[in-house]
Amino acid sequence: MYRLPEYDYYKPGNLEEALKLLDKLGDARILAGGTDLILDMKTGRYKPRSVIDIGGLKELKYIIDTGEALRIGALTTIQELVDFPIVHSKTPLLWEAAIRFAYWQIRNMATIGGNLCNASPAADTAPPLLVYNAVVKAASLSGERYIPIGDFFLGPRHVSLGRSELLVEVIVPYKSLEKYGSAYAKIGRRRGHDISVVAAAAAIRVEDGLIADARVALNSIAPTPVRARSVEKYLVGRRPGIEVFREASKLVSSDVSPITDVRAPAEYRLHAAMVLVEDLLLESYKRAFRGGQE
Amino acid sequence: MVRVSFRVNGEPVEFDVKPSELLINTLREKLGLTSVRYGCGIGECGNCTVLVNGEPVLACLTLTVDVDGCEVLTVEGLSKSELTRVQKAFIEEGAVQCGYCTPAFILMAEYLVRSKPEPSIDDVREYLKGVLCRCTGYVNIFKAVLKASGSGRGRERVDKG
Repeated sequence: MYRLPEYDYYKPGNLEEALKLLDKLGDARILAGGTDLILDMKTGRYKPRSVIDIGGLKELKYIIDTGEALRIGALTTIQELVDFPIVHSKTPLLWEAAIRFAYWQIRNMATIGGNLCNASPAADTAPPLLVYNAVVKAASLSGERYIPIGDFFLGPRHVSLGRSELLVEVIVPYKSLEKYGSAYAKIGRRRGHDISVVAAAAAIRVEDGLIADARVALNSIAPTPVRARSVEKYLVGRRPGIEVFREASKLVSSDVSPITDVRAPAEYRLHAAMVLVEDLLLESYKRAFRGGQE
Repeated sequence: MVRVSFRVNGEPVEFDVKPSELLINTLREKLGLTSVRYGCGIGECGNCTVLVNGEPVLACLTLTVDVDGCEVLTVEGLSKSELTRVQKAFIEEGAVQCGYCTPAFILMAEYLVRSKPEPSIDDVREYLKGVLCRCTGYVNIFKAVLKASGSGRGRERVDKG
């Protein structure tokens, strides 16, 4: 039977109070949906002196379409991403990652901000956000700061937020991806609700018969969710086709460093990642060819 | 200690709780609602599912302080006199083996019946996939849920699916 350790508990009534508490307490843990932090405190991974429960901050729960990007409040739940039609129509990769995320009860609790700040190598929302070149907004008493998602993850459970900074918003620019074809896929041990063995998102833009841009991102295969830069670099300027996609997918191995754990051996992860990337590139290309994302 | 007040199965309750108290413990130990089952304790098995403001969540990962002002529903609160359609269908289809996971399945099925008319077998699987049955008696559970959701042809549809 797991037991929660004791901690000093704070429940701010608004964002400003939350930022003041964070500034004052320093080593506090932020509680959002609780699906990671509560279980990490139960299993002893974290033993924080203080917990700041921001779950009640309704002002961090929203999805706004600016016409260029979706601005998603950090406390928006994964189920809300599934339920909002604009997430499906504007950022289909994020929507697909959301619907493949765990299961109903967890999706109702888990938040997009929590998924990113927990910084699991397997974070489900990360590959799509990396492909969209999302930006996260961090707030503190001294102001706001925008961090590209590619610079946000520093290592397992480690992000580039200062001790007094709170992630408040995720900005997902979709306009720039409108001329791309894109695709997402996740491999788990079973279809049900498993953590990913590897998941990937890809997007391709073709101009005058040549690949003008390619974006590929994966999770669960490196210390952080990553962009497969070697794959992307190889593709740009080449004529799209099965052979090119296959060659490109082999380069995944130089972008990642898979480990063996309870879910899969490193060799399997790498092989699965290559197959996934090849499939996703082909699918993205088909969709680009047919005109747009699906 | 933090003072919390919320409603459980329609009745108002008020407690002073430690900030580390989990909803599952409040429900089981202070209110005797033992339909809320402790399975894994880490959000894998779904057996502690309850509805908070009508939405399914895991009571083993929810702090009691966080349901302040909310409406919590457990199986005990589903029916005051007659069983619900879902409960009846579970009995008729024999969708129970050891019974440990049954309350969580019933609540997810109630949630499905309320939010998704005419579900397909894939819909049923999607709604119920967060609850694990270690007797692995899923087939009869799916039949019962399809039956309760109004198709009346549960058996047929599961066998084909």
